[in-house]
Amino acid sequence: MLRFIARRLLETIPVLLIIITATFFMIRFVPGGPFTAEKAVTPEILRNLEAHYGLNKPLYRQYLDYLVSLLHGDLGPSFKYPNRTVNEIIGDKLPVSLELGFISLAVALALGLTLGILAAIKRNTWIDYVCSSAAMIGICVPTFVLGPLLVLTFAIHFGWFNASGWYTPIDRALPCLTLGCVYAAYIARLTRGGMLEVLNQDYIRTARAKGASEARVIFRHALRGGLLPVVSFLGPAIAGILTGSFVIETIFQIPGLGREFVNSAFNRDYTLVLGTVILYAALIIGLNLVVDVVQVWLNPKLKFE
Amino acid sequence: MPSLSPSSLPSAEVTPDQLEQGSSPWHDAWARLRKNRLAVAGGLLLLVLTVLCVCGPWFSQTYQDQNLDLGAVGPGRAHWLGTDTLGRDLLARILYGGRISIMVGLVATVVALTIGVTYGAVAGFLGGKTDTVMMRIVDIMYALPFTIFVILLMVFMKEPSENLDAWLRNTVHLEGLQGFGNMLLLFAAIGAVEWLTMARIVRGQVLSIKRMEFIEAARSLGYGRRRIIFRHIIPNILGPIIVYSTLTVPAVMLLEAFLSFLGLGVQPPMSSWGALIKDGAEKMEEFWWLLVFPGSVFSLTLFSLNFLGDGLRDALDVRASKD
Repeated sequence: MLRFIARRLLETIPVLLIIITATFFMIRFVPGGPFTAEKAVTPEILRNLEAHYGLNKPLYRQYLDYLVSLLHGDLGPSFKYPNRTVNEIIGDKLPVSLELGFISLAVALALGLTLGILAAIKRNTWIDYVCSSAAMIGICVPTFVLGPLLVLTFAIHFGWFNASGWYTPIDRALPCLTLGCVYAAYIARLTRGGMLEVLNQDYIRTARAKGASEARVIFRHALRGGLLPVVSFLGPAIAGILTGSFVIETIFQIPGLGREFVNSAFNRDYTLVLGTVILYAALIIGLNLVVDVVQVWLNPKLKFE
Repeated sequence: MPSLSPSSLPSAEVTPDQLEQGSSPWHDAWARLRKNRLAVAGGLLLLVLTVLCVCGPWFSQTYQDQNLDLGAVGPGRAHWLGTDTLGRDLLARILYGGRISIMVGLVATVVALTIGVTYGAVAGFLGGKTDTVMMRIVDIMYALPFTIFVILLMVFMKEPSENLDAWLRNTVHLEGLQGFGNMLLLFAAIGAVEWLTMARIVRGQVLSIKRMEFIEAARSLGYGRRRIIFRHIIPNILGPIIVYSTLTVPAVMLLEAFLSFLGLGVQPPMSSWGALIKDGAEKMEEFWWLLVFPGSVFSLTLFSLNFLGDGLRDALDVRASKD
């Protein structure tokens, strides 16, 4: 297993390098720079600004410089926020996005597993139909419709929550519910399918024949196999929740990294864009690796290849 | 069925109604699909919506007729779904936006389909090292934060696409193609993301049929690889391709709406459902209908597409169990 992890980590290096290179050159080859939006900058000031940030050097030189400073863990200065480094900005904003992401994932798992297991146990009863329909609604109502609708109903109409902001614990409720619901729907569908498949297997019959209680059959024997499709979905789900937070942070005015990333792209803040892309790529690749390890651990039929 | 040699068959006694009526797999699938009420309802709803979106704008006010004196009014007799803050009829805008959303959905799916099917079929058919390398690339791309790249692409290619627009208008004199460059960019960006799963599915299917006799026969007839892939293999795996395409359309429309919601997709004065939802979400405190109606139409469309896709999967893939 250690060899598997080591090999996958080694593989990550060229992948990250490709991402960095592609992003670096893509954002540079397009007209417009970080200082074009500022009004009435005299050519002298512009030259000084460019010299200050090293933008007057040849492009390949800037690229190499960037790689070297990246190796030192330095993501460079921000072009749009004077006197702030990208490291500082990410340090400020990432915890907010991570909190949003993890609570949403917890909501998705709790809701999705409950609905999915219920639907599978009570197959073809009204409970199953209610759970399955709820899952279908969750899949078809996107976050950017669900979020504003929740705000309209619970914040504006009933006044139970704040419509936006990220100050008190109760402010977490609506954004995390919005983001979690969509993935809960997928998880519920996958859980139901996986559980139904497993519940028909011989070893479940054996467990029942040995007199194991129904709860023990479900939670000890069936769940382990039934959850496999859910675990393999967690990789894409994590990526989706991370990028999905862009919209959620916009709707609920949350000061997270997602909103910052979209803004930085609009502002041509080269270093901030690059830093965020690298961070998200590393996060997603890393979490995918964790998911793969968990998958093998759950299913002895799979091997670390 | 016992096999009879042709000579022992008394040919004169076989009348047409004694012959067993053959039924093609497509015929069977159609019969199965028709029994699935949700899928049929989804298909019909899609048909109605498409017809309305295509023909509706011919009969109603145009989507950009402004009436600033009127402003935003709620649903009523003159404007069934109300008007927006510029006094534009919401129904007309939803229908017009639907044209764009549906077009993006279809064209980007075709882009993804073309790339994915070709890539998957080539990888599966060639096999060996080529296959390993090609699929490893897909695996790696799967792990990438692709939405982020689409966002970057949409932001940074905005100016070049506007230049293309200006060039088309001023040099080629194509007046009607407003926002064409932007649409082209959307198709390319979305298509580039959505082909991965298609490639995987097609490769798996190709692997399962490439050892069959009819491929062997084609090979022994001396047909080239390209001809075998496109004339013999792909037609035989159309079922999964159709099913997955139906499920790609909602994914594509969702991505388009996601981009439009962030202000990166379809640009004003054109509109799409995503752009309308964005507009509605900004003004919902005073004018709820601006959010609720476009949101409902969009969700209903996704519903229909998903039900139709699931129905098609059950109908075409006999191996898949009902659940």
